[in-house]
Amino acid sequence: MTTKTEERVVDPLDAQEARSARLTGLEIIKRGLALSPAIKDGIGVTLLLAMLSTVGGTVVPIVIQVAIDAGLGEGGHTDRGEVHLWVGIALALIAVTAVCAYAMRVRLFVASERGLTQMRVQAFRHVHDLSMLTQNAERRGVLVSRVTSDIDQVSLFLQFTGIMIVVSVGQMIVATIVMAYYSWQLTIVVLVCFLPLAVSMKWFAERLSQAYDTVRRTVGEMLAVIAEPVVGASVVRSHAIEARTQRRVDHGIDANLQANVSAQRLVAVTFASAGVAGGLANAGVVIAGVALGVAGGLSMGTVIAFAFLVGLFVGPVQIATQVLTEAQNAIASWRRVIDLLDTPADVVDPGSSAPPLPDGVLGARFDHVTFAYPGGPDVLRDVDVEIAPRQRVAVVGETGSGKTTFAKLLTRLMDPVTGTVSLGGSDISTVSFDELRRHVLMVPQEGFLFDATLRENLLYGKADADDAALLAVVDGLGLSDWFATLPRGLDTRVGQRGESLSAGERQLVALLRSALADPDFLVLDEATSAVDPQTELRATRALERLLEGRTSVTIAHRLSTAENSDRVLVFDAGRLVEDGTHAELVDAGGVYARLHASWVAQSRLDH
Amino acid sequence: MSDSPSATTDNLSASTDQVMGRGFRLLGRGMSEQRFLFTISVVGSVVYGAMTVADAWVLGWATDHVIRPSFEKGEMVKGALAVSVLLFMTVAILRALGVIARRLIGGIVYYRLVADYRRRVTRRYLALPMSWHHKHPTGQLLSNANADVEAAWAVFMPLPMAIGVIAMLVAAVVAMLLADVVLTVVGLVVFPALFGINVFYQRWLSPKVSHAQSLRGDVSAVAHESFDGALVIKSLGREADETARFARHAEALRDANIAVGRIRSIFDPLLEALPNLAVLAVILIGIDRVASGAAAPGDVVQVAYLFTVVAFPVRAIGWVLGELPRSVVGWDRVRTVLDATGEMPYGSRELDGAGPARLRLEDVRFEYEAGTEVLSGVDLDLEPGRVVAVVGATGAGKSTLTSLLTRLVDPVSGRVLVDEVDVRDLTHGSLAEHVAVVPQSTFLFDDSVRENVTLGADVPDDGVWAALRAVQADGFVSALPRGLDTQLGERGTTLSGGQRQRLALARALVRRPRLLVMDDATSAVDPEVEQRILAALAEHTADEDGPSVLVVAYRKATIALADEVVFLDDGRIADRGTHAELIGRSADYRLLVDAYDQAREAGDLA
Repeated sequence: MTTKTEERVVDPLDAQEARSARLTGLEIIKRGLALSPAIKDGIGVTLLLAMLSTVGGTVVPIVIQVAIDAGLGEGGHTDRGEVHLWVGIALALIAVTAVCAYAMRVRLFVASERGLTQMRVQAFRHVHDLSMLTQNAERRGVLVSRVTSDIDQVSLFLQFTGIMIVVSVGQMIVATIVMAYYSWQLTIVVLVCFLPLAVSMKWFAERLSQAYDTVRRTVGEMLAVIAEPVVGASVVRSHAIEARTQRRVDHGIDANLQANVSAQRLVAVTFASAGVAGGLANAGVVIAGVALGVAGGLSMGTVIAFAFLVGLFVGPVQIATQVLTEAQNAIASWRRVIDLLDTPADVVDPGSSAPPLPDGVLGARFDHVTFAYPGGPDVLRDVDVEIAPRQRVAVVGETGSGKTTFAKLLTRLMDPVTGTVSLGGSDISTVSFDELRRHVLMVPQEGFLFDATLRENLLYGKADADDAALLAVVDGLGLSDWFATLPRGLDTRVGQRGESLSAGERQLVALLRSALADPDFLVLDEATSAVDPQTELRATRALERLLEGRTSVTIAHRLSTAENSDRVLVFDAGRLVEDGTHAELVDAGGVYARLHASWVAQSRLDH
Repeated sequence: MSDSPSATTDNLSASTDQVMGRGFRLLGRGMSEQRFLFTISVVGSVVYGAMTVADAWVLGWATDHVIRPSFEKGEMVKGALAVSVLLFMTVAILRALGVIARRLIGGIVYYRLVADYRRRVTRRYLALPMSWHHKHPTGQLLSNANADVEAAWAVFMPLPMAIGVIAMLVAAVVAMLLADVVLTVVGLVVFPALFGINVFYQRWLSPKVSHAQSLRGDVSAVAHESFDGALVIKSLGREADETARFARHAEALRDANIAVGRIRSIFDPLLEALPNLAVLAVILIGIDRVASGAAAPGDVVQVAYLFTVVAFPVRAIGWVLGELPRSVVGWDRVRTVLDATGEMPYGSRELDGAGPARLRLEDVRFEYEAGTEVLSGVDLDLEPGRVVAVVGATGAGKSTLTSLLTRLVDPVSGRVLVDEVDVRDLTHGSLAEHVAVVPQSTFLFDDSVRENVTLGADVPDDGVWAALRAVQADGFVSALPRGLDTQLGERGTTLSGGQRQRLALARALVRRPRLLVMDDATSAVDPEVEQRILAALAEHTADEDGPSVLVVAYRKATIALADEVVFLDDGRIADRGTHAELIGRSADYRLLVDAYDQAREAGDLA
């Protein structure tokens, strides 16, 4: 559907994002886990395993201390029994650690993938339940990224960054405990050496996150200009603006290069400074350790064990800034998916318990219906009209007159702000979706096709139809001769968005699909773009057969359609201003008569 | 190097050695192109590797010369202590400088290679003729300039570190040999094992990662398609089936991700445990060596410490080898663009006429593929100041005809003449200055309204507004939040199809062309507005201050404004004359333009 220069209305997703902007990172994680409970399956055991898997790294420095103090340090008379015992213990602990780490990782991968797939599918379904998709084509790209890259970000976070944080923090805690057990004085020396880095970490993380924001922005801008020589290839050649285009592309590429280099500079500096802190800590340990040892408070093994323990700090600190940035991105992604899921569906299915519609061909009634998008002006104002069963109605009006809104309310793609829309005497907001769709069908302007075979595309109309039923419908709409021209019949692949077929043929498929669905009330949005006349003729005839015996409301872009209808409704600025047959309205001399006059002026040129 | 355009991961695994060979050649190319910076990053990385080993050596030295003597004597060995502190700090600072050189300069090498090849690829896009563009899907070309360029050079991110690691391993073995020959044996067992496991790990993992990546693409494609078709899905009540379809793809991706996860779960803990086991082995052997007096305690400490610091960097070699096949695939795709040949040669003549131009086609033939002629001997004469409509069924060759006029394609034989000059003899600039084509679909640049109309030409705002007024676009443009400065395109304001077409028309008019070619360029504009635009245009042309106009049309109203109609049928001019004449004498023409009316009559009969 073409988009109009709509008023700046409040998008429900934007509104939800504004509400959730106050939530902190932890609250987002909590809400995210609540929405995909499978992530938490056995999370206690997984975390326990994660804690156990930090032990392996810390046992090595202990063995070093034991070995040195058991005699290795004195260069002679070693107490081998004790060393062998500790090596044995360490061996066992390293093995246990490896097994725990394996089990922990597998559990984490399985649980997070299951939970996030759940969330992905939920979010996908929710997008279909939100009416904005049918209102706002620009949002589609954004919505796709919520069920794809945003979820991927969260998955990376849970499986890599998140676990890295847990293991690193665990390792640092265990290392600190072991250090404190050996010597609280040396522990303080080590911690003091890392203190400046720890304090500046927040600053680094903020700078890094800004730097990566710039990188992302420049990537977006670069992708847009790189598309120009490709998507706009013919425009660029026709207007001979190659040099200008190349300048724009180069500029986009250079801006991205600069942003990446700036970010890389920060990464390199933070990474390097952790190493310097490590060196400082080692020097500090040797000075303080020797001083304390000489005073008799410390063994030689302990001092050397400390050097090994310091190593356990350097790695986590080196990756900490990067991890913090990634965590921020992941939480932002998680927030976006949660916002989508938390946006309430504006049109709610009353469910199958609702009373069914009466059988037979139905009519419709608008009872003082007014519609406005949230925060926007009235798009449709106090429309009061009744459509009798089997009546053929054309809706006419300029762009923005409200005729499309009228059609959307009729098919319950949206609900009115005031007033009711009823079908066969029942308020359609009390009719279950299944029941409603059995009776009413909207055929959009462009016959949207899926990248599959013709058969699969037709089955969207009626999932359980067999080939005989499909061919019967082809015959029923008088399209057998066209069908015979298809190289592979029902197995013909239509290509992405149906691109292997012509625009006119896509419309034919859409009509066939609608005929299979067999509704008794059709709402049609007439195609505006011209297609090849022969196909157009075919489509018009097929449509004629499709409409036979059904109630129909057509958003007419051609006056010939209005002329052939039982009744014409003319909309202007959100109001139903004229209502009558073609002949009556031409005589009335109003809006319709004016539109008709310009049309007649055009067709007179034939003679 | 092969130039196969579709090197997939499947045929890659068939010839792994060949891929590695080509991968190493690719490394050579990148290294030589960024020779200077790459050398600095490698030097930095070698310094980093050497200092990592030196760090362990300093600890060993401090053990033997500071810690042990102090403990034995019961007093601090002050001189040696000062030296060891100095050594620790010097090593740490040198290592930090090495890290910065490696990470920063190495990063710059990668980013420069990527930026450089993006420039080269986009330059090819601008130079290659439209016939080449027609043969390549848009999505593929965009990915060649973006993802494929990145993939081709991605291996340069871990490369300096991997080279530094090789230096580090050599230094480590030397340091061990100097410390104790027997302890070196542990290193000679453990280092190759670490290396081998990493290589095996990456080889096992990377096809599984590629598989997951392609499934990720499927998930995205299904979401795109499904959201695009939302209206159809909703009105047919197919949400549940669509969700099931999406869930099938999402679950396939989930299983592939879990399969990747299982491999990672085995190797990551194994690679962490291995150096720890090595340390235990060093201690077990070390106590005997020290007891027998063959080694000093400091030697044991140093070798043990080496394993803890070397273990992680060794992974970089695995990363390089794991990345290499992906880089080769990316490079092959980039190469297909860089190696593509064909330029559109332009002439050197300039047109100097003023007022509406004359257009003549002489026996023009054109085919996209050999043997299927789209235009078969078209002769056409458009006198200056005339409006000529081209009418024909789909596939009759109308759009091709318009493409010839600005040389988006050239005829196979015959000539296209503007003011009696063959368009192939004109400079590109002169042709674009005199002839403007407005295509069926409008491309908007990610730029302001003003820039989208002027396309960089030096036109004052008055001129821009005049062009917008001529195409009835001044109303909606002035209603935009920032008028001419409003950003359009993907990240800016979105316009309707009719509004876009009107901007494209303004874009053509603002350049004051002498021949205006419209290829169904008003199809999305409201008929009433279209009438006003065309009437104003025809009036200007009739007054000799507008261009000659060639218009491809379906609507009768459009056709009616033309002085003459050319009826194109199956690549030939079947007839020409006024609309009334053609209606009178050509049954095919009548059938074509009356199709709507006929449909209406058929409806009345039904």
